[in-house]
Parts: sequence; structure tokens; C-alpha cells
Amino acid sequence: MSEAIITDTPDADRSGADSGAVVPVADEDVVVDHPVDEHGAGDHAAHMVTSTGLSNNKLAMWLFLGSECLLFGGLISTYMLYRGRHTGSPGPAQLWDIPLTSVSSFVLLMSSLTMVLAVSAAQQRDDRLTTLWLSVTALLGATFVGAQVYEFTSFYHEGLGFTTSLFSSSFYTLTGFHGIHVTIGIIMLMALVGIISRSKVPGDKAEVVELIGLYWHFVDIVWIVIFTLVYLIPA
Amino acid sequence: MAIIERPSTVPAIAGGDAPQFVSPASSYGVFRRPVNSTGWRSWVFTVDHKRLGIMYGATALFFFLIGGVEALLIRTQLAAPDNTVLSASLYNQLFTMHATTMIFLFVMPVTTGFANYLVPLQIGARDVAFPRLNAFGYWCFLFGGIFLNTSWFLGGAADGGWFMYQPNANALFSPTHGVDFWSLGLQITGIASITGALNLIVTILNMRAPGMTLMKMPIFTWMALVTQFLLVFAIPVITVALFLLMFQRVFGAQFFNVDAGADPLLWQHLFWIFGHPEVYILILPSFGIVSEVLPVFSRKPLFGYKFVVFSGAAIGFVGWGVWAHHMFASGLGPVSVAVFSVSTMLIAIPTGVKIVNWVLTMWGGKLHFTTAMLFAIGLIAQFTIGGLSGVTHSVSPSDTQQTDTYYIVAHFHYVLFGGAVFGLFAGFYYWWPKVFGKMLSETLGKWNFWLMVIGMNLTFGPMHILGLQGQPRRMVVYPENLTGEGFFNLHFWNTAATVGSYLLALGVLVFVYNVWHTRKGAPAPLDPWDARSLEWLTTSPPKVHNFDVIPHVHALDEFFHLKYEEVDTDTGPRLVKVRTAEELLTEQETNADKHIHMPSPSYWPIVLAAGLPIMAYGIIYNHLLTVIGGAIVLMGAFAWALEPSVADDSDYDPPAAGGEPSQELVSV
Amino acid sequence: MTTTERHTDHSAPTGHASPDDVHEHKPNSFYIKVAAALAIVTGVEVGLYYLDLGKLFLPTLLVLMVVKFVTVVSLFMHLRFDNRIFSWLFYSGLFLAVFVYLAALMTFRFFDGS
Repeated sequence: MSEAIITDTPDADRSGADSGAVVPVADEDVVVDHPVDEHGAGDHAAHMVTSTGLSNNKLAMWLFLGSECLLFGGLISTYMLYRGRHTGSPGPAQLWDIPLTSVSSFVLLMSSLTMVLAVSAAQQRDDRLTTLWLSVTALLGATFVGAQVYEFTSFYHEGLGFTTSLFSSSFYTLTGFHGIHVTIGIIMLMALVGIISRSKVPGDKAEVVELIGLYWHFVDIVWIVIFTLVYLIPA
Repeated sequence: MAIIERPSTVPAIAGGDAPQFVSPASSYGVFRRPVNSTGWRSWVFTVDHKRLGIMYGATALFFFLIGGVEALLIRTQLAAPDNTVLSASLYNQLFTMHATTMIFLFVMPVTTGFANYLVPLQIGARDVAFPRLNAFGYWCFLFGGIFLNTSWFLGGAADGGWFMYQPNANALFSPTHGVDFWSLGLQITGIASITGALNLIVTILNMRAPGMTLMKMPIFTWMALVTQFLLVFAIPVITVALFLLMFQRVFGAQFFNVDAGADPLLWQHLFWIFGHPEVYILILPSFGIVSEVLPVFSRKPLFGYKFVVFSGAAIGFVGWGVWAHHMFASGLGPVSVAVFSVSTMLIAIPTGVKIVNWVLTMWGGKLHFTTAMLFAIGLIAQFTIGGLSGVTHSVSPSDTQQTDTYYIVAHFHYVLFGGAVFGLFAGFYYWWPKVFGKMLSETLGKWNFWLMVIGMNLTFGPMHILGLQGQPRRMVVYPENLTGEGFFNLHFWNTAATVGSYLLALGVLVFVYNVWHTRKGAPAPLDPWDARSLEWLTTSPPKVHNFDVIPHVHALDEFFHLKYEEVDTDTGPRLVKVRTAEELLTEQETNADKHIHMPSPSYWPIVLAAGLPIMAYGIIYNHLLTVIGGAIVLMGAFAWALEPSVADDSDYDPPAAGGEPSQELVSV
Repeated sequence: MTTTERHTDHSAPTGHASPDDVHEHKPNSFYIKVAAALAIVTGVEVGLYYLDLGKLFLPTLLVLMVVKFVTVVSLFMHLRFDNRIFSWLFYSGLFLAVFVYLAALMTFRFFDGS
């Protein structure tokens, strides 16, 4: 099947590649960057060199957060479309307790600060401070979720069930999804505290803290949007 | 040879016949890691991208056969007027599940299988970036697919059409659990798609061999990259839609309840914002395969590599702005219709660019009409027909006429079957020797191709006529007295389509027989097609660690340029084969890397994935099950997080006398 | 921040050239100041809710929301100091979401009334 001679020229073939394509890779330079002990594992990315020089885990996390934008975008749009549709049942004007929600928003915002401090501490390899700030972050997150549970309960008592109206279904779905994200974040934070204190973090400890931090901040920025669009802007 | 393979195929400890695990002293997980290299455990707990690729492919082909049987039942019912083979209710379930199976359980996973197997090989990597996530994705796909199909035995499958329009699919009009199974099952396969996409994108961005810049990547890898980006952003949209649907049906939410003032178009928007990128998710991998196959069998480089790359990216990008052309008949308003009409016409341009590039790749080449090449040419011809009928849909007045007729069915089967599936078959024939080390029979292959090409055109060609004559989609039965006279007689063309579908099925059976027939054939040559890209720079099937030495890439089509060099002759410079694949491989083996750690197998991907269908059954039947499933997921996640991705050094043989750790995994 | 620049970074085969891998970090006092600013903006937002700004209310709130959002993303999540690929991945998702959902809401004439 294979032929000894064929008719095309190498230039035609390489025309598709970048201008520098023909320059051979300088062997030594590259070899240094590619340790012999090569494996395909992302979790150990800190120890291996990647094509972009960036950590696999962090790339995946940012990509995941980009993907989450479309998830929350869909939920927020559903709410925005349906927020005024609650004929004969309570609507935002009767229900919102802005002082309470402002305080819980503030709490979540401050948990972002404590998360940043935890990441800082982790990068300075200070386990004690890291676990301290992680615990405070989890606590603030739990306060936020607690306030949300309180809010849901009081709305329910004012006659706003999940199935009451288009407004109620979309409101509970949106804020519920956010609450579940916060809850998952709290679980991860607490697990991380436990794991760090037993010194069992596989891979790069500072990076694990940073990754969970990214997730946590994302949950915070979603709430920044929800707080404005859902609570502050009247239907 | 100093190479260390994990899992070793030869027992590292001689003498013992019972499997022996070496317990890592510093094991992080609850259990010891699985280290089997043979037997069922080596597949169930594997994280090897090649094994997972084969598993994706095999499972998807199995679902392809199920979806095919569903299609044949539909065609049998429509073969003659006033037919009573199927009840209306069963017919609804069959066309819904036919589409769902073919899209979500066949084409998507089989392309993931191709990408899984080939991308690391094509970019010169030893595995993917997240091997365990990769395994998790496969198990989610398998369990999701099984979950979806168990609905047949639990009161009936989903019956609302694959787009499950609201409010038609709510509990009032579709009272069985079918739609619940559908929404939850697709949620699970959606998790597979998201994790698979994250994994493959990071793999392509981060694990390329030294020297392989983005513009030196093989074209299939490029198309896989674009596809995975589409997936990572499109799947969350359908996730939202499916949650709304599930909350509506299971928990009584109001989202699509028109009495409460709902807008049923919300569902259509969410579905098609996902649904249109989805069609490019289905076709782009096949475009990539064809762009690999055509140059090899034309003995020419791909014409305009950059154009093919950028038109692929452009399709991926513009694909986000055309979704509402599925909704022209729903009363969107003139401005929206005009905007989406124009954007739809625009997307035909990059697609046309690709067709031109393929034709010019073949132009003046030394064509070898192997089965793979025939399927690739089949794709070009049939996709062009489907693409042209697609352009007629972009003209909204014409589309209003065609909506919900068989003309639409004809169009999307030309692009999806004539396009995507033909591309996949080209890929099967082209890479079969690489993956299994055996050549598929070319004689049977030709039978396979011609039966499929004739069957496909006989099935879907007449549907253009049926559709323009007004035969509605999803119609279970048509009365004899309305079939019309002469050339446009609906009975005649329906019968023709049914005959075609049986020919098509015969073609697929020939493929299955081909696989069976050649399983014990002679080993395939190392480089049977005189190929161009890096996946051929290793044994067939590849070693566990893919490459003995990570190649250094200097050019696009690196493997080709390793084999051929330019030599001046009397008639000007010519490319002459200076090295064979065998010589290149020997060279690799003599310089093999000494110490290779591969990611170790793991229990947790399958455990974690198994929790999901349990949760899903729980949502439908009993919430206690959901709690149990949730607990499994949570525990699996913890165990996973605590397990290092690479087995600890203590998983390996104790250090030899010299203190240097031994290089063989202790395994069986 | 042009596309071409990103692209160059993107395909750098040897890596390590970019400074982003280095955890260049601000002192804690910097983050505390940022958090204080965010808290003040939140206070202003809530204050605006009780004041009557008329037509300016909606745009002002939206601008403040975007300011808070971008601040957290660029400073707390380090996107500003980090490699452009991260920005590219995240913002493609974000802008895509904004684009498709705004377009969808527009077809419902969501913005006609207000």
C-alpha cells in the first residue's frame, strides 16, 4: 500500500502550520522541561510540566465555572421571566425582607474575604491559620444557609409554597440551587479542614485550598447577581 | 527492554497463582487499590484512556443496534397505509426513544470514544489529564443509558418526541413515568458529557508533546477540542431544562403550566439553545475523522489545514446564535425570525469551506478507494445534500411550510446519518487496525458501504417527497384514500423508504459480521495506510503507556515527515520514503524511557457513578432510595478525594539492593 | 488583552515562561481593603433601594452589581494576575450565557415593557 515516492512537496504540507513550523525544536531545552518520570495524572500536576505551564486542575476548575455560568444564567432567566406571574398569591413586594437578606449577603461577601485569607495562609504553608480561616469561611457560609432556611420557612408560612405560582417555583428553584452550591462548598471546606489537620492532602495542599476557594468565590459572585436582580430590583 | 508497563501483563511475582495485592503501607483510601491487569477487574476499574475508549465505542454500538431496531419498527408500521403493527402509544415511545438513543447513547458517546482513544495518541501523551474522571464519565454514560432503557419495562418509555415539548410532555398528557426516566437519564449522561469535556479540553491544552503547538495538532484533535467546548457550555443549558421538567412533573412546580400563565416557549428556548450546538457536537467529530482519512488516501496533505481549523471553530461559535430557527413556526415575531434566519444562512459558509477543502484535498491526489475512503466520500456527498436542504430551512417562509413534515426528517437524517454516522464508519475502518491490531475485511467493507449508501438514500431520499407532499412527522398511520395518485403516491414512497431501511440494517449487520469474522485474522501491519499522524508511531494496539519515548514534534503530520524526506531528482524535488514505521518504532524502543508511572486503577469512579441511577430511581419511586444513592455518591467522592491518582511508591516492588526503587508494579 | 496575544500564550509549548504560575500574592491588608470596599458598595446598593432615584435606579444598581462581580473575580479569584487562558475560559462561558439568555428573553419581549 505504501509508495516510495509521492508527488507532494513538504512546503505545501507545512503551509498550514505556523510560520516557525519548520524550525526544529531544540532538543535540550525541551528535554529539561520534560522530566523522564512522566505520568498522566492531573492530581500531581504541580510536579509535572504541562504544555501551557498551567495546572490541569486549575484549568478544569475555571472551565467548570465557565460552564456553571450557563447553568445559573438559565435559572436566573427563568426567574426573570416569571417573577411577575403570581396572580392571587404573594409576590416579591409582600415577601422580601431586605434588611435580613442584606445582612446574609454581607455575610457571604465576607466569607469570600476569609477564603482569600485561607488561600494566602495555605500558600505560606501555615496549616494552623489555613484551617482557622477555612473554618471561619464554613461558619459564615453556614450562617448564610441558615438565613436562607429561615427565609424559606417564613415565606412558606406567608403562603408561598413551591407549587403556588410561577414566581414561587422559579424563585425557590433559583435560590435553592444556589443554596445547594453553598452547602456543597461548606462540605468541601469542612472536609478540607479535617484532611489538612490529619496531613492527608494528596497533591499540592495550597492548590487544593485555592481550587475550593475559586468555587467558593464563584458561589459568592452568583449571589451578588441574585441579590441585585432578584431582591433589589422590583418586579 | 527496560520499560515498565502498568499493569504488567506478566505476573511480577513468579510462582503464585492467586492474585496478589501489595498493600500500600501509606494507603489513603479505605480499601487497597485495584492493580489487576487482566480479567474483568482490569476493565471495570481501569483508568486507561484506550480501554475506556473501546468501552465507550462498544457500548455505543450496542445502543446503536437498539436504536436501529426501534427505527425498523417505525418503518415497518409506516410501510403500508392503515397498518396496525404498532399501537399509537408504542409508536410514540419508539420514535422518542429512537432519537434519544441515537443522539445521546450512540453518536455522542461513540465520538467521545474516538476522542478518548485517539486524542492522547495524536498529541503524543501517555494518558488524559484526569484519568479517573474519564472512567467516571464512561460509567455515568453506561448507567444513564441503562436507566433510560429500563423505562420500557416500568410502565413505558418517554413519548414526547426527543425535544419533549411542553406542555405536551407534562404529567397530564404523558402520565407514565417515561418522561421522568428520560429527564433523569439524560441528566446522568449529561454528567458524563461535562466531565468528559473538561477532561479532554484540559488534556488537549496541557498535555501536548513538546513542539506540538496548537496549529500542529492533527485535525481530528482540533475538531474534538471544538466539540468539547460546545459540550461544556451547552450541557448546562439542557441541565436547567431537565431540572425544570423534572420539578414540574415530580414535585408539581408550575414552569410549563399554561393555566398558571406559563410560557411553553421557555422550554423550547432552553432546549434549542442546547439543541443547536448539539447538532454540531454530533457532526464535528465526523468532520475531523474525514479530514484525517481523506489526506491519507489521497496521498496529499489536507488542503488548507488552517481553513479547516478555523471554519470548525467558526461553526462552533456561530452555532450558538442560530437556535431559534427550530422555532420559526412558534410565533417569535418578525425581528427574531429575520435575525435567526440570517445567522442560519451564515453558518452555511464555514460548512461550505470545509466541503471545498475536502474536495480540493482529493483533487489531483492518488486516490485509494478503501472502505474508509468510500465512507469519507459518502459523507461529503450526503452531507452536501443535507446541508442544502438545511439552507432551505433557514429561509423562514419556506421553513414554515416544511416544519413538522417528513422533509425535516429527510434533512436531519442526511446530515446525521449520511454525515455523522458515515464519518464514524470511516473512522472504524481507518483506525480498526490501530485499536485492535486486525484489519477489517475490505471485501465485506465494500458490501457494508454500498448497502449502507443505497439503503440510506432509499430510506431518506423519498422522505423529501413525502414531506413536501405534506406527510407530517410523528404520524402513526395514514389512510389509503389520502395517499394520492401517480408519482407522488405516499404509499409507494413510504414502502420504498421501508425497503431502504432494511437494506441499511443489512449494511450494519455486514459490519457486525466483519468485526466477528476478522477477530482472529492475521495481525495488521504497523502502518497499513501509510498514515500521517502520531497515533501510528506506536505498536498496534498501542502499549499501555502509548509511547516508549515522548515524541518531539516538528511539523504538522509529524509521523509522515519522519518517514518521508525531500530528495532532489531530475524532475525536481520529490518526497521519498526514507524510514519505515518499523524502523521508527525500533528507534523508539532502543531509547525507551526508563521509569514510567502510569495512573493507577481505581474503584471510585464506578462506585460514584453507581450512586446516580439509585438516586434517580429514588426520585421516581421512593425518596429513601435517593438518600441511599446520595450517601453512596458522597462516600465515593470522599474516597476519591483521598486517593492519590498515582499509586504510591509503596505500591511497587520494594527497592532493590541498590536503593533504586524497582520499576515494576507488583500486580498480577 | 487582544485575541492574538492570548493565542501566543496559549500555544507556548514549553510553558514556564509565563509569570502566572508564580503565586504572586498581595498582602492580606490588600484583601481586607477590597472587602471593605465591597461592603461599602453593598451598603450603597441597599441604601439606593430605600431612596427614590427614579430612572437612574436600575442602571446604577446594575453597574454596582457588575463592579462587585468583577472585583471579586479579578482580585479575590486572582483572574487579573493569573494567566489569560483562565480569563478566556471563564469569560467565554459568562459572555455566552449573557448573550444567549438576553437574546432568549428578548424574544419574549421581556425588555419592551420596562
